[in-house]
Amino acid sequence: MCAMSPSRILSEVYGQAECVRNSNLKSFSDQIVADIYGNAEQITKHVLSKKESQRISFDLTIDNLVTSKWFGYPLMILLLVGVFWLTIEGANFPSELLATVLFAFQDQLTLWFQWAGAPNWVHGVLVLGVYRTLAWVVAVMLPPMAIFFPLFTLLEDSGYLPRIAFNLDHIFKRAKACGKQSLTMCMGFGCNAAGVTSCRIIDSPRERLIAILTNNFVPCNGRFPTLIAITSIFIGGAIASYSGLINALVISAIILLGVAVTLSVSWLLSVTILKGEPSSLVLELPSYRRPKFGAVIYRSMLDRTLFVLRRSIMIAAPAGAVIWILANVYIGDQNILSSVAHVLNPFGQLIGLDGFILMAFILGLPANEIVLPILIMSYLSTGSLQDYSSLEELRNVLVSNGWTWLTAINVMLFSLLHWPCATTLLTTYKETGSKKWAFLSFLIPTLIGFTACFILTQVVRFLGLV
Amino acid sequence: MILSAEKKNNQFTVALAGNPNVGKSTIFNALTGLHQHTGNWPGKTVDNAQGIYEHQKKSFLIVDLPGTYSLLAHTVEEQIARDYLCFANPDVTVVVLDATCLERNLNLALQVFEITSKVIVCLNLMDEATKKDLVIDVPSLERELGVPVVATAARQGMGLLELRKKIFQVASGSLQPSPRQIKYSSDVENALKELLPLVENIANNTLSPRWIALRLLDGDQSFLRSLSNYLDIDQASFQFQDWEESKCAQ
Repeated sequence: MCAMSPSRILSEVYGQAECVRNSNLKSFSDQIVADIYGNAEQITKHVLSKKESQRISFDLTIDNLVTSKWFGYPLMILLLVGVFWLTIEGANFPSELLATVLFAFQDQLTLWFQWAGAPNWVHGVLVLGVYRTLAWVVAVMLPPMAIFFPLFTLLEDSGYLPRIAFNLDHIFKRAKACGKQSLTMCMGFGCNAAGVTSCRIIDSPRERLIAILTNNFVPCNGRFPTLIAITSIFIGGAIASYSGLINALVISAIILLGVAVTLSVSWLLSVTILKGEPSSLVLELPSYRRPKFGAVIYRSMLDRTLFVLRRSIMIAAPAGAVIWILANVYIGDQNILSSVAHVLNPFGQLIGLDGFILMAFILGLPANEIVLPILIMSYLSTGSLQDYSSLEELRNVLVSNGWTWLTAINVMLFSLLHWPCATTLLTTYKETGSKKWAFLSFLIPTLIGFTACFILTQVVRFLGLV
Repeated sequence: MILSAEKKNNQFTVALAGNPNVGKSTIFNALTGLHQHTGNWPGKTVDNAQGIYEHQKKSFLIVDLPGTYSLLAHTVEEQIARDYLCFANPDVTVVVLDATCLERNLNLALQVFEITSKVIVCLNLMDEATKKDLVIDVPSLERELGVPVVATAARQGMGLLELRKKIFQVASGSLQPSPRQIKYSSDVENALKELLPLVENIANNTLSPRWIALRLLDGDQSFLRSLSNYLDIDQASFQFQDWEESKCAQ
């Protein structure tokens, strides 16, 4: 052993340094930074020369337009609507095709099971439970994701995202939050868990927490299919022509609502439990790059689409089995599913939903993707309808279970404003290192969701609109 | 954490450092053949990605550090990058520079030079610099910096073979860079002279005493905390505030 422990030496050296630091009037750290910059400048002068430039003015022209006072916002909204319009229109046909093919295969599977002499319950769990849920998840989710993710990756690759952050910075400032929060929100479109992780780019711990707690107000791709399906059935479908555009407008409106809620909650947190002033922000606007289309398609398909699809399939398969069992095990003369829904029903009705919808959201905690499939399965297990392959038939299922346009709006609202999925909660816990914040990230959206649906429902019913 | 990167015997470790959004992840992917997600916005890589590639029958473990503008540890990313370079002792550090904003990027390179001499500068985005009509004299930059400079356009795959070669040479010791050291103003240099003899006691042979002395002058507590962890010092006995008062009062 050394006579002097390293800590003693280090502390002595530190003390000595303190004395040296205090002996100088100017701050050493400022001088050091200034010297580094000076050296870099000197070297650059020796090696860099520049011809008359055209390209920088090109970037600048685009930036002046994209971040201008008058065009900045309309352009962002136009892009938002455009992306969703392409997604909805493009996903329509492949979704129906997939549904037709996959459900036709279900009939084939049934025949095989009968031929093999499998007991009824095996057929029930595997075909009516697992396979049917999987078919739903794939048919409803895969096409929109396969279109949305490449479009989003294109935007990401081109360099447009930091411009969005730049445009929105002063709004976030007003909410006493960080402008980079809009980048984390963009990531949330893909997956809220990824969005929460990306909050690490925000330096101030206070602003990072705000961004983490509010990330869930951006609908992730698990919730998009739900939103898209329901608008297509109840809103766009009601107006035959331009239905794609109207659906896109509705979805965009929902997202803007999510942004508005994000800003309000950020502000509210800033003046209550996370008090503080916004810190200043240095944001680099990278030059625009022409995206490499091959790489974009490859990456968005493999990294994002298939990754997310695999995750939801892994959750949907067991969930399908559980739902079928719950729907086919009877206590008295009611199956378990109906009994639970029955208990939840009064509460569901109060906020314009019903017991089944509320139960689907609760069972969807592991992944939001399975909310709609669970709901359809529950309705079908209690009703007499067995076959469905188009949105029209889906509409009939929902309407025969008492859905109105108010139910549809409430479901969309609640989908936007409810607890985050289990993965996101876990990520929040990991990122914040505190159960308290994870619980708060559960509580805040849930409370807001219940309140919003309750008020809307009561007002609409009071006015007698339904 | 990353300090305990799973390094096998006979494997060289290569750290990738650089400003945010200069294409570190693209280079990482090109070298390793992996498909880590890249994106055109600063701050994308928040975690350290690791990958392996082979060159000349040698295995290279490559660590993609988070993008930082400096190593002065004002942010979590800077702290992660700095601690890795200081304490994990990579065999080679590749500093990726954006050729379109050389001056700002050089600040980081110069700071890395103070920590380690086994450095290669990768001048990336050369294609964009050309588009912007910037002309960089690479040989004279090499002379100015004292380290190998490889011009690349990673998205087009340009210059990557050369980069692999240089990494191999520096890792195996057949090429020994002598990176230019920052010349500080006389105030700073004098203060350094005063501190250096003391610091040499604790530098432990692996860390540059000059770098430690500079951080002491900065009053950079996060570095000293990392250093004390590294030197295995009990956290409880490491209270800066106490010493500040006790030492200077004497």
